Amino acid sequence: MMNPRRRERLLGLTALATLLFTPPLLLMADRIHGGLWLPVYLFVVWGLVIGLAAWLLEGHAED
Amino acid sequence: MGSEWNVLIVAFGYLGLLFIIAAWADKRAAQRRSVISSPTVHALSIAVYCTAWTFYGSVGRAAEAGPGFLLIYLGPTLAMLLSPIIVRKMVRIAQAQRITSIADFISARYGKSSSLGALVAIIALIGITPYIALQLRAITESHAILTGRSDYPILMEAGRFWSDQSFWVALVLAVFIILFGARHLDASQRHEGMVAAVAFESLIKLAAFLAVGLFTLFVLFDGPNDLFSQVAATPSLAERLGLDAVPGGASGWIGMLVLAFLAFLTLPRQFQVLVVENVDERHINRAAWMFPLYLLAINIMVVPIAMAGLLLNSGSNPDSFVLTLPLGAGAQALSVFVFIGGLSAATGMMIVETIALSTMVSNQLAMPILLRSRWLRDAGSGVLARWLLAIRRLSIIGILMLGYAYHALIGNAYSLVTIGLVSFAAVAQFAPALLIGLYWPGANRWGVGCGMLAGILVWAWTLLIPGFARSGWLDDSFVEFGPYAIEWLRPQALFWLEGMDIYSHSLLWSLGSNLALLFGISMFTQASPLERTQAALFTGAMAPQLGPNLLPRGKTPTGALRTLLERYLGGEAARRVFTDHTVHNDSDTAAPELIERTEQALAGALGNASARVLVDSVVHGEAPDLDTLLGMLDSTQRILAMNRRLEQKSHELEEISAELRSANERLLELDRLKDEFVAMVSHELRTPLTSIRAFAEILRDSPNLPDEKRSHFLDVTVRESERLSRLIEEVLDLARLESGRLTLNPQHVDLVGLVHHSVDALSALHKTPNLQLDVDIHLPNAAVIGDPDRLEQVIINLLGNAVKFSNDAQPHIRLFLEQDQRGYRLGVEDNGVGISEDERERVFEKFHQIQYQEDGTVRPRPRGSGLGLPISRGIVAQLGGRLKVEDAPTLPGACLVMELPAAPSESTALKPTL
Repeated sequence: MMNPRRRERLLGLTALATLLFTPPLLLMADRIHGGLWLPVYLFVVWGLVIGLAAWLLEGHAED
Repeated sequence: MGSEWNVLIVAFGYLGLLFIIAAWADKRAAQRRSVISSPTVHALSIAVYCTAWTFYGSVGRAAEAGPGFLLIYLGPTLAMLLSPIIVRKMVRIAQAQRITSIADFISARYGKSSSLGALVAIIALIGITPYIALQLRAITESHAILTGRSDYPILMEAGRFWSDQSFWVALVLAVFIILFGARHLDASQRHEGMVAAVAFESLIKLAAFLAVGLFTLFVLFDGPNDLFSQVAATPSLAERLGLDAVPGGASGWIGMLVLAFLAFLTLPRQFQVLVVENVDERHINRAAWMFPLYLLAINIMVVPIAMAGLLLNSGSNPDSFVLTLPLGAGAQALSVFVFIGGLSAATGMMIVETIALSTMVSNQLAMPILLRSRWLRDAGSGVLARWLLAIRRLSIIGILMLGYAYHALIGNAYSLVTIGLVSFAAVAQFAPALLIGLYWPGANRWGVGCGMLAGILVWAWTLLIPGFARSGWLDDSFVEFGPYAIEWLRPQALFWLEGMDIYSHSLLWSLGSNLALLFGISMFTQASPLERTQAALFTGAMAPQLGPNLLPRGKTPTGALRTLLERYLGGEAARRVFTDHTVHNDSDTAAPELIERTEQALAGALGNASARVLVDSVVHGEAPDLDTLLGMLDSTQRILAMNRRLEQKSHELEEISAELRSANERLLELDRLKDEFVAMVSHELRTPLTSIRAFAEILRDSPNLPDEKRSHFLDVTVRESERLSRLIEEVLDLARLESGRLTLNPQHVDLVGLVHHSVDALSALHKTPNLQLDVDIHLPNAAVIGDPDRLEQVIINLLGNAVKFSNDAQPHIRLFLEQDQRGYRLGVEDNGVGISEDERERVFEKFHQIQYQEDGTVRPRPRGSGLGLPISRGIVAQLGGRLKVEDAPTLPGACLVMELPAAPSESTALKPTL
């Protein structure tokens, strides 16, 4: 059984990633002039989310 | 350009390498030194998600639709973040129930329903065949580009399929899959060789893609800055990377994210590597971040390659930029490597997908039909096992050939991405059944079946048929204007819903109808008992206390089970099942555990639904069916509930009887008190009566008594009579007080005047010679509400008591009246022996002084009835005051204090009389 705290954190991270990957927040990056910023934004957020997930899932000892 | 033969040799040499890797992994597995029991290998095997579609199609989509291509990978990233929760649960269920495929999973969840399993298998077959075709087409196209034939042959037209290498690739793959994917009959066993080969392929495709990317950035351009400054200088390119380039804009963006999220969990090959092939639940945690990292790595070069392709050779098909860029620069070796990478991506997908589909076809489609055949049922031991393997192998060939035929017939009409997305939307129809079934026990087979059926029909109408029309198979006017010009039925603008991209539009309607029917029908239909049990096992899978379902299933001889296993799985499997059970006689009744194990072993090979049918065919006789069992359970629960109610009632009865007992005790006590009271009253009455009678008899019998004696005796007689009548008066008062019939005449009384009057009266009554009586009153007046006669009675009683109990030699009494916040306190203290702490309440009991005397105190018996204080207390209480014993403030003896509330001012006092 998964540690409830870790489960909550994982759900939180998924919610955060969903927010960052979808329009209202996405539009910020899209509105910056120059065009290339949207892919850059996506890759940076993606990398951060993966890093957080790795820290969350590997950083603590198995319960 | 490289010679065609060289390329073919390299390609088939690569497939040969896969054979070696798979054989090696299988051998290691046989030696119990598994190579795939590592979380990293698990994560790499999940990367079978990245097919030729990713390898070639991502660049094409990025070139056409900007950053939207990333959604196909962001969706799975979100799904993988949740995998330690969702996938872990599915793995646990799959291990407990020996699940072989997603069709088996859904069928098992909804009461091991064969028809539901068949429906899932058919949908998967229809939805995935184009996807397999897509892989073959990618191989053919890339090969044609590599060998310089821009016009690759349209294959079926002259029956020259044998000269088409994609046909041969399909055939070689079929051999590979049969060898490594359909070796065992037990499909719930892991295919170690296959997983190892797929993980290896994932590494190759990633390396090849990164190699092209680096080549593009650093050989074709001078690093990223050079490339991006050129892109920025070309506004038409820069615009392609904004959200405006994504079809459908914001809604299309979200629709695609949802589609990719759901498809990732429901694609048969993803279910295979995520759930069926999972060796260890703990690997999921590693894969949850490592697989998204893989996706990030394989996509990071997509944008540079797409931009470079558009800048350098904008004429060619963007789907093949990955290959045309190195080819155009003359990098032969890199081009071949890229071709191998694409081949890896395509074959990896085809291998896993075909295994998953063939398991479904054999277990969910062929088996239920075969089980109806009497001839097969009666066939000898092992025949069926051979049949099953043959069916599975044939279906592998069949599926690949179906893919080939689709590819050969209409494969060219669509871009790679389009075909892939159509497949995604088809398998997304499994998501409600799969995910909701995992958490909502109320979902049942009717809701799920109707939902999936409606979903797939809407999918066909909104995506598949328009696709056929667009490729020229059908007249496409109905797409434009609707069938029979019915406008609201237009496939890509259903119910006039326009302005969305076709995938979001299709997903909205198909998933919407799917969910609506799933919930709507589930809520109004009844699930069978078996289905309810399965639902509980699936939804509660993470709760450790839920064991396997060991309900008694009826009786069967163990021999029948053994025969069943031998016939369907062979002797070896039968021995494995029976190892833990010592069976002396085949006619013995089988234990429920053995029946369960047999069913699980069969389920691993044939799927849950067929296994259930087979075991039910030998378990029979007086078997209590589940309905009866549940009925028994219900009645047991009713009896338990009744027991609980009875227990509660008896508890209540106990309480009531305890109350009655205490009430009875109280009554007995009161009765005893009444008897005592009567005895005391009689005793008190008898004493004066006796003396009156004695003196009266003397007066009667002695007529010559001297006058003074006679008058003395008469005096005594009168005094005793007075005492008698006073006593009777007191008894009557007491009776009135206790029954509440004592009537008082409340009026304004001045307590000061009353006290003086009482003191005067006392002095007349008690002619005690040396009595010192101090009256300490410093108030001009003290208005209270009370009955003056009764109050005077109380005060006289208090004074009389004080006189009686004061020191006989030097009696000293002090009366005081003072005012406090609530009213007035009138106290009478004496210099007697006082009243001890525990006696203070008892002096208010009736006839208390009699007991006092019986205690053996040397005190001469004071005159009085012993009723004065109880009566006084009753009167004071009725006037709203209190009478109590306190420590005497100035004298050594006792002090009795009467507290009375002050009378309200005149105006308010008048009110009651109004």
